Order: sequence, then C-alpha cells, then structure tokens
Amino acid sequence: MEVRWSIFLIIFGCALVTFIPRVLPIAVLSRVELPEWAMRWLNYVPIAVMAALVGQELLMPNGKLVPLQHNLELIAALPAFITAIVTRSLLGTVVAGIVSIMVLRFVF
Amino acid sequence: MNISENTLLREENSFLAGVRDCLPTVLGYLSIGFAAGVVEKTAGLSIVEIGLISLLLYAGSGQFIAAAMIGANSPALAIIFTIFFVNLRHLLMSAAISPYFRHLTPSKNIFIGSLLTDETFGVAMNEAAGKKWLNEKWMYGLNITAYLNWFIANIAGAFFGEWISDPEKFGLDFALPGMFIGLLVLQLASRRKLLKDVLVALSAVAVVVGVSLVTSGSVGIIVATIIAATIGMAVEKWK
Repeated sequence: MEVRWSIFLIIFGCALVTFIPRVLPIAVLSRVELPEWAMRWLNYVPIAVMAALVGQELLMPNGKLVPLQHNLELIAALPAFITAIVTRSLLGTVVAGIVSIMVLRFVF
Repeated sequence: MNISENTLLREENSFLAGVRDCLPTVLGYLSIGFAAGVVEKTAGLSIVEIGLISLLLYAGSGQFIAAAMIGANSPALAIIFTIFFVNLRHLLMSAAISPYFRHLTPSKNIFIGSLLTDETFGVAMNEAAGKKWLNEKWMYGLNITAYLNWFIANIAGAFFGEWISDPEKFGLDFALPGMFIGLLVLQLASRRKLLKDVLVALSAVAVVVGVSLVTSGSVGIIVATIIAATIGMAVEKWK
C-alpha cells in the first residue's frame, strides 16, 4: 500500500505528456475562427480515427497482421457491424461482438 | 416553478442525459479497465499506484504499455516518451471536438479536454451530429461517468484479477473492437455523406495497416487519421 517515488514520477510524467495534447487544441482552437478548409478537415477526423482503430483492432490485434483465414475477430466483426447498422445501439453492438467471438472460439 | 428553477432542472437533466449516453460504453471500458488493472498488478504496481495511474493517466492503451514497461524496468524517460506518442492521437480528437465548445471559458475547455478518450470522443461526436455546439453539463455527465467507471474497473482488476484465469474465453477482449465498430457505424449513420465517409474509412484502414507494419501501432493511428482526413477534405473540395 505505498507509492514509490520512482513510480510516481513515471506516472506523473506520462500523465503530463498525455494531458497536454488532450487540452491544448480544445483550449486554443475554440478561441479562434478556423479557416473553412481546416473545419472540413477536422470534420473527417472522427471517421478517420475510429476506422483506423477498428482496422487495427481487427486486422492486427497483437501488432502483427493476422492471416485472414485465421482471423476469428474479423468474422465476429460481421454480426457486430450488422447489429450496429440495424439497431444503431452501441451496447447491442458490443454484446453481439462478444457473443460472436465467444461462440467462434468455442467452435474453432 | 419560476424560470431559474426551470433552467436548473434542464441543466440537471443534461448531466443525467450525459450519464445515460455513457452507459453503452460502460461494459466495454469495464472489461478493458479490469484487464488494465490485472496487467498493472502483474507489473508490480501497488493498489494505490494503480489508482493513481488510472486517475492521472486515464488512457487504456497507454496504461497497458506503461505497466509493461514499468514491469520490464525500462528507464523513466523512455516510458514517458513512449506514452507521449501512444497518446498523441488525442491531439487530433481534441482539435476535432473544439468547435463544439466555443461557448465555454478556457478553464472549462481544459476540464473537458483533460477527460477526453476514444470512447467519450466517439459518443460526443455522435451527439454533435447536426448540432452547432454541445451542452456543457451533458459533456460532464459523459466524462465523469466514463472516468469513475475506468477507476473502478482498474481497482477491481487489481483486486480480483488473479481469480480470473482466462478472460479471453468469455470474449471480453472483443468489447473494445466491438465498441469502436459501434461508434464508427453510428458516426457514418449520423452524417449525410456516406460515400465520402466510407472512402475516408477505407483509406484509414489501409494506411493504418501499412504504417503500423513498418513503425508502431500508435504512429499508425496518427498517420492514418491525418492522411484519411486529408483525403476526405480533398474529395469534398474537388467534387
């Protein structure tokens, strides 16, 4: 039940270098009027970042490209995608994905 | 009921609406946070240190990597430098969310930004679809719920982790990709430019795989976001 100085400094340092990119743009950019092209670019950031995260999670779950025929995660993603499109429910999508991967891992 | 009470009630409702809109991400973050707690415990962190890292760093992949590096006795500066790059994607999300909080003071913007995560960003951008700005109290409700949930999950993982031998058997590791899929589809559905959005999404996937193979996963996310968003901007300009 103690906090070591060395660990505290690591945690504090990590927190600081995470805090700055989190707050700097929202604190500064919301003060200024951005040009139209910049707004258009920012408008595509949510799609781009979410797609990149999905792609990375599904195609290279452990940092390496998984051969498609061995990729159960990719198959489990299908019911998750369909559930998301049909129900528009975030929780439903998560549950569909978890159940699918559980069944797939049990079967294969 | 007079006007000020009415306003107060509405503000309170917004906060609760934010809490409610956070609930779908709770299960996903609970399992990831639990796993993070287990990894942190295994890396030799005490319960108090785990509490601190979840409250101060407050970042899923960042905590996994920090814990692994602490466990491996990496030098402090190497850990901090790595975490900086792993979490640099927040820069882009913070910029993308900034137009919706123009009406707030800098200190409120800092408070909102400090609790920004992949999930709260995804939920907030869905809420923002078709709006000019986001409600401040709603954002607090969303952020604080996610924050507390993350802290509780980390501590729970640290306490009970040793009793759960194989979380993958229950498919809980799929909660994270499942959540990203849901957030992506909700984004695509809430905007009226499906063709361009799908093009941007596919570009992001292609770039993230290519770049991650030669550099690292976190660099991959940042490069993919920049290139794919630029493609979207260019296509919209020229069409």
